[in-house]
Amino acid sequence: MSKAKLKKKRRLYAVLIGMGLLGVATALVLTAIEDTLVFFRTPTDIAAETPAPDQRLRLGGLVAKDSVEPQEDGITTRFVIEDGGPHVVAVTYTGVLPDLFREGQGVVTEGVLINGVFRADEVLAKHDENYMPKEVADALKEQGVWQEGEPAPSPNALPSASYGGKATQ
Amino acid sequence: MIVEFGHFALILALVVAIGQSVLPMVGAARRDVRLAAFGRQAAHAQFALLGLSFAALTYAFVTSDFSVALVVSNSHSLKPMLYKISGVWGNHEGSMLLWVLILAAFGSAVAAFGRNLPESLKSRVIGVQGMIGVGFLLFIVLTSNPFERMLPAPLDGRDLNPLLQDPGLAFHPPFLYLGYVGLSVAFSFAVAALIEGKVDAAWARWVRPWTLAAWSSLTLGIALGSWWAYYELGWGGWWFWDPVENASFMPWLAATALLHSAIVVEKRDALKSWTVLLAIIAFSLSLMGTFIVRSGVLTSVHAFAVDPERGVFILILLGIAVGGSLALYAWRAPDLQPGGLFRPISREGGLLINNLFLAVACATVLLGTLYPLIAEAVADEKISVGPPFFNATFIPLMIPLIILMAAGPMMGWKRAGISGLLHRLRAALVATAAAALVVLFVAETDAIAAALGVAAGVWVLAGVTTDLVHRCRSREGTLGAGLNRLFNLPRSVWGTALGHAGVAIVVMGITVDSLMSTDIIAAAEPGDRFELAGRTLVYEGVEPKMGPNYMSERGVISVYKGDEKIAELDPERRFYPVQGMTTTEAAIRSTVFEDLYVVIGEQDEQGRRTVRLHHNPLVPWLWFGTIIMVLGGVLSLSDRRLRVGAPIRSKKATTGKTEGGAPPAGAQPEAGD
Repeated sequence: MSKAKLKKKRRLYAVLIGMGLLGVATALVLTAIEDTLVFFRTPTDIAAETPAPDQRLRLGGLVAKDSVEPQEDGITTRFVIEDGGPHVVAVTYTGVLPDLFREGQGVVTEGVLINGVFRADEVLAKHDENYMPKEVADALKEQGVWQEGEPAPSPNALPSASYGGKATQ
Repeated sequence: MIVEFGHFALILALVVAIGQSVLPMVGAARRDVRLAAFGRQAAHAQFALLGLSFAALTYAFVTSDFSVALVVSNSHSLKPMLYKISGVWGNHEGSMLLWVLILAAFGSAVAAFGRNLPESLKSRVIGVQGMIGVGFLLFIVLTSNPFERMLPAPLDGRDLNPLLQDPGLAFHPPFLYLGYVGLSVAFSFAVAALIEGKVDAAWARWVRPWTLAAWSSLTLGIALGSWWAYYELGWGGWWFWDPVENASFMPWLAATALLHSAIVVEKRDALKSWTVLLAIIAFSLSLMGTFIVRSGVLTSVHAFAVDPERGVFILILLGIAVGGSLALYAWRAPDLQPGGLFRPISREGGLLINNLFLAVACATVLLGTLYPLIAEAVADEKISVGPPFFNATFIPLMIPLIILMAAGPMMGWKRAGISGLLHRLRAALVATAAAALVVLFVAETDAIAAALGVAAGVWVLAGVTTDLVHRCRSREGTLGAGLNRLFNLPRSVWGTALGHAGVAIVVMGITVDSLMSTDIIAAAEPGDRFELAGRTLVYEGVEPKMGPNYMSERGVISVYKGDEKIAELDPERRFYPVQGMTTTEAAIRSTVFEDLYVVIGEQDEQGRRTVRLHHNPLVPWLWFGTIIMVLGGVLSLSDRRLRVGAPIRSKKATTGKTEGGAPPAGAQPEAGD
């Protein structure tokens, strides 16, 4: 075989291996994305369409004022998430909440809705008082509670660079 | 006055950068030595001006000059000195200034150390560096001026976010930026080579040390960030597949691939066009990372305060840099001389497979990171892609790569035999099988996954050892002669060995911690006892403590092994009054094989306090492994044959010693003219 032909053949092999690998990766991605996607929902969304049982969700909104109650066992907290609309969802979380978790503050929780109560195993709160998680900001805008440019509806807003916090069980 | 001086130096640097991005390019095209000399001087001048500018900002922070808006929002007169200094880059404006300072430092370094680079290539590299500088300096001057005054000046500042007042985070951004920006040099070399229409072994030899330096810094920067998240955020995890983490991980994967493909270009003159593309991709991913972190398009747990205007600016910069360089690639790459021939089973073949796996893995991370954006744009559906996705796609792609990692360095260039390879690796195979069996037997849960991960680590470690032993087995067979050879192996061989060993150790740490960590969450009263991983932890109570700029509740948790007290841990909850923020400080007891990690929470009405107690086996191996990887990078960088400016001398130095490592360096082709 001439050198040029051999070279072409070898290059073809390399391309084929590359394509095969991409195929495997695509298959992995497609199967994984099916099972692992988590949808973002607000209390309004949940009222409109009850999620399937066992479906993992991200529930976001504002922590309602005076709604945070520590439970009897000392490690579980119950609170209510609202989005400015008529609907609210009660959430329970077992563990240590992130440092910046506060009433009136934007929050994103991840977990499962069981009998109308959202059992969260992850709570994300931003470590910047002025910052609103993007999904929460969009949801609030949809409800007409908050407009871009207004200060975020949070207690004592001070602009600062921020790193985030999150708590996991 | 000094502040205005800093601002002025910043604007001057922009003007110099504009000159630097045009004149050396013209000089290279017209073969005008004076314009080329201007490029070098401009690179030094830009670095000096940005150095002055950065020094002025640092001065404002150190002296707590509260007439500067940035100092007011990020500093406080009571803050410890270390954090006054790290506060300079603990915010958007200052960190961008550090970014361009490092960029200019690399440009200046190319001008200073590239003495034996062909004049035209060097001019073009400096020109491209100048262009990147113009983009980012414009960004700073127009949207993020760090020197803005605030009048009337307040009496004191608002303090730095308490989470950032931490030694791990003081050094995390500088190393991360050294890595991100270091890749700009590889990018500039790639673009310059495309303009020249020539990529050869010499080109790869010049690119490799810069990539190696960037890779080492990036590795250290990512590890520092992960370490910080582990002990400071207080939830015991070290990697969350968060968009901001992925933003630093993708350039790392691309840089790792580039590091390996550049070897093939250098030694065998093959994979040239792919290597150029990788260099472009690696830096493009760094730019994209900057965009993701600063624009807030993706929800991240670690995000800077974001500003849509800035996001759009960076997106435009990203579009110009990526679009421009890829268009140039599409236009010029077909003209590159195709390179040498090799068999599929060979060192080159192994490195090619390494590149394919790393590139595909990087692509899956990219897809997972950007998927929420795509879904929102296409289907108007808000979704998040979390760790399960990345674990299900990334890990299966890494396993074959790790299996190959042990064998790759032992394969010969051009061709290698599988049977000989397996014969040489038989001891490693036995060790791996033994390790897998032990784990299967010992592990109580997830035994198969744990065995797989540990066996992969042992396999690579055994492979690395086999390779080193084989390289220094002497004919006389005496131990002394063998040891002598071992220590005289080229440093790049040691670099490879340490780099791979570090990865193996990290892999074992990740596997064991992910599968076998245990924790207890409880509401504790003083005197409560908890059993965790064979220890007894006793919650003793909480006492108040004062810090320089915070008040603290300090918990005391005693650790007993049997009846003997082996440690006392003191997790804290700190309250920073200036920012009105509480932070959780974990207390960690690290030994070689495990971490005991404890956090205290708030007190409830009955006087109980939430405590979280974690047993994290092998987590310290993540940090050991990373340090070994970085050491490998640094050692390899110090190899004479790779050192900048040494290729000609190194030819003499390596003559007659070639059997120890890679084939002889070969004559340096006179590139350029």
